[in-house]
Parts: sequence; structure tokens; C-alpha cells
Amino acid sequence: MTARTHSTPWFLSLPGLIFFLGMVVLPLVLTAVLSFHAYDFNLGVRDTYTLSNYTTVLSDPYFLSIFWRTLRIAFITTVLCVMIGVPEAYILSRMWNPWRSVFLLVIIGPLLVSVVVRSFGWSMLLGSTGLISKASIMLGLGPVRILYSETAIVIALVHVMLPFMIIPVWTAIQKLDPGLESAAWSLGASRFTAMRRIILPQISLGVLSGSLIVFGLSASSFAIPGLLGGRRLKMAATVVYDEYMHELNWPLGAAIAFIVLVANLLIMLAYNRMIEARARKVLG
Amino acid sequence: MDRNGPIALIFHTLVVCFMLAPLVIICLVAFTPDSTLTIPTSEFSLRWFKAVFAHPDFMASFYNSLWLATFSATIAVLISLPAGIAISRYEFPGRSFLNGLFLSPLIIPHLILGVALLRLFTLIGATGSFGWLVASHVVVVTPYVLRLVMAALTGIDRNAEQAALTLGAAPLTVFRRITVPMILPGITGGWLLAFINSFDELTMSIFVTSPQTVTLPVRMYMYATESIDPMMAAVSALMIALTGVAMLVLDRAFGLDRILVGQK
Repeated sequence: MTARTHSTPWFLSLPGLIFFLGMVVLPLVLTAVLSFHAYDFNLGVRDTYTLSNYTTVLSDPYFLSIFWRTLRIAFITTVLCVMIGVPEAYILSRMWNPWRSVFLLVIIGPLLVSVVVRSFGWSMLLGSTGLISKASIMLGLGPVRILYSETAIVIALVHVMLPFMIIPVWTAIQKLDPGLESAAWSLGASRFTAMRRIILPQISLGVLSGSLIVFGLSASSFAIPGLLGGRRLKMAATVVYDEYMHELNWPLGAAIAFIVLVANLLIMLAYNRMIEARARKVLG
Repeated sequence: MDRNGPIALIFHTLVVCFMLAPLVIICLVAFTPDSTLTIPTSEFSLRWFKAVFAHPDFMASFYNSLWLATFSATIAVLISLPAGIAISRYEFPGRSFLNGLFLSPLIIPHLILGVALLRLFTLIGATGSFGWLVASHVVVVTPYVLRLVMAALTGIDRNAEQAALTLGAAPLTVFRRITVPMILPGITGGWLLAFINSFDELTMSIFVTSPQTVTLPVRMYMYATESIDPMMAAVSALMIALTGVAMLVLDRAFGLDRILVGQK
């Protein structure tokens, strides 16, 4: 099985290639075309082409406020995931087995539980009759209702995204030479300095790629704003769903979906640039 | 390496509580004897579990999701095996294009895939077909299988294959008798991961399912947006239990941290 001809690998990839061209590339192209179609509320999708879907979305305060909220929530979620995930990954790496494996399982395992289930759990905790509200009443603070607010969305998003931050940071920490930190200490660096000058620069790549995943997934999340944001607090994904399923304005929905996709790809590209620059600096 | 200090341990405990809180509350509420979402204090009841098993829609969706996940994970393995060999063992022009294409569903939000596939299915008249639903799930789960298959392929000792070839085995025999058994942990791990991901998928499915092919997560999402009663908690508790079993199997067989965190 040595590389003899150029045709063998293509032949091996052919089933996947045909499948992915038909099921990923073609539908994306079709949807891109759809987003330029005109739409009429009485006649449905028209055969004429227009930019009006994009101009509507990008000028209507309703849609702009949703994009703004989506970016804000995704950004806050990412920052919180860094603030919680990085120290947690570091703490995990300093544990001994079997605790280390057990807690890694506890923290990463929820990834495999359906997002609907986890959102439902949070809706019970955060509702006006939920556990947190009851605890607040018992403390004499009166009932609190976090459900159907941006805070609820952020809390649940952090819960769902935290493993995606911990995994790459954990992988980066595993690659560290454990002697480095002690070397820094024995050379007189304080714990804080050792952390800042030795550990953090080396795991920054892991933090960056974790943030990228968290931001992208948060910005396009659907179940959490759908279940915890209520009918009024829309994010990009839930508004696309509304346009498709309730308003039946597919071209407009397609335009929003494409703006989400392009924004996602742009951010990813910018991040990749940053990661490459960072990698060059770290590797010298 | 020294031990974690008390502050670190308190922080760690809080994080663990945060991660487990919603799952624990579901498992408690599922056993409530009341008809509202309350935590049972005096007695535990199985009435909501019985209600789930007597609910024809939930059961139909459960079996639908089960078959969907089985088929899509299997097809994903059949696509990933040859593609993984091509990408990890050959240098050829277009290699990184193929790699990028096959892994692209990890980068493209499921929302976009759902919208795009809905458009395709409407144009070719395939909305509501179970076969096309399987195909759309194959798209999302193939990257998971491909990554594990490729990791397994780069991890094995190729001398065994060379030895078999020198001893006169046909390439296909080498593949069947040497390569596949050696990468079997990667294939099985990938299949299970694909199965779980397909079984849990919501965002894309909600666009491409029809009333006849509603999957369990879609059914649960619809149910949760319309009515709130402990039946939802019971279904969720059952999902958690199922996932827990799958996790234990995965962990015993290959080490969950290796599959989720990546090959070490």
C-alpha cells in the first residue's frame, strides 16, 4: 500500500467526495442562491433576484438587535469559559489518579448528554418556582426569576461550552514539561510569575482554539435560546427558525443564515491568523 | 507537581456542582408523584416513567432516533474507512481539500446545514423521507468517525502490514486481516461517538424532519416549548441513563478521555 499513483487515494475517497459534494456543497450553493431571491408574502418565493433580503436584515433594528445580542452573549460566554475552564483544567492536571480520571469524566461527560436535556435541567433550576428562586426566598431575598433572560442563556451556554474549553487547554497542559514550573520556582520566581511567564504563554494556543470553538458554537446555538430565552429573547439561530417555520420567508431566513456563516468563517480566519502568529512566537 | 491548595479545591468543587446540577435536578424531579415540576420529598413515584412508555409519540420518536443513529453511524464508518486511508497514507494533490471537506461539518454551524439541506430536500421532493434524514445525519457524524479512524491509522505499526505483503498476502487480504483488526478500537470508538452525536442532534434535525420522522430530541424540544410537566423530566432522566451506559461502555473499552480529548 505505497503511494504509487495519484488515482488510488481519489478512488478511495470517491464515495465520501460524491456524498459531501451532494450533501454539503450543493445545498450551501442552493441556499446562497435562495438568499438572493425576492419574496412576496402572497406569492411566496419569486424568480427575480435582489439584494433586498440582505439590506433588510442589515438595516432593520429588529434584526440588528438580534445580531448584537447574539455577539454579546457569545462573547460573554467565551470570556466566562476562559475564566472557569483554564483554572479548572490546570487544577485537574495537578490531581492524581483515580480522581483525575473521575473528574475529567464528570466534567467532559455531559458533552454526550443531549443539549435539550441540559437546557431543560437549567429551565427547572432557573424558573420562578425553581431551586435557585426557592433558595433565595429561604434567604429572605424574595423570588428571583432568571429564566427567560440573557443571564439564563449565558448560564446554560457556559455549562454546555465549558468542556469545549477544558479539552484543548487540558491537552496543552499535558504537553508541558512538568519540570519547567519547578525550575522557575527554584530560580526564585513567585508562583504568580511562574504562572504568568511560564505556564500561560505555553497554553495560550489551547485557550485560543478553545475560545474559537466556544464562540462559534455559542453564536449559532439554537436549543438554549429556544428553551431558556422564551418567545421574546431571540438569537440568530432562533430567528432563522422563525423565518423558516413560522413566517415562511425562506429567502430572508437564508440571508440571516448566510450572515451567521460568513461571520463565523471570518472570525475563524482572524483567529487562525492569531494562532499562527502566536505559534511562531512560541516556537521561535 | 504539587497538590492543589484549598482555594483550588473549593473552585473545583463549585465547577463540578455547576456541571452536575441540571442533570441531578432532572433525575430527582423525574421521580415526583405530583403533576408539577417539584422535587419529591416524602415519596418517590414511577408514574411519569410509566407515562413515557405509554406515550406513543415519544416511543415512536425513540425508535426512530435509534434506527437513525444506527444507520448513520454505520454509513459514516463505510465512508470514513477508505477516505481515512487515502488522507492519512497518501501524499497527493487535493489531499488537504478532501480533509477540509470531510471535516467541514465541524465548522459549519448545524443551523446552516439544516437550512441548506431543507432547501435541497424541497427541491428534489425528499422532505419527510427517512432515507434522506439518515443521509443528513451521516454528514454531521462522519467527521467524528474520520478523526478517530485517522488517529488509529497513524498510530499502528506498519511493519505488520509490510510483513504480510512480503509473505504474499494480497493487498485486500492485508487490509481485511491486518489493518482492520489493528484499527478496530478506532472504528468502534468512532461508531459509538457518531451514534451518540446522531442520537442527540437537534439543530439540524429540526429543519429536516417531518411529522413522520420526528427524532427524540426534536420531539422533546417541541414538547418542552409547549407544555411543562414531569414527563419531560422522566424522558430526560432516561436519556441521561442511556448516555451514562454508553459512556461507561466507551470508557471501559477505550478510555473516554482518549476519545473525547484526543489520542495521547
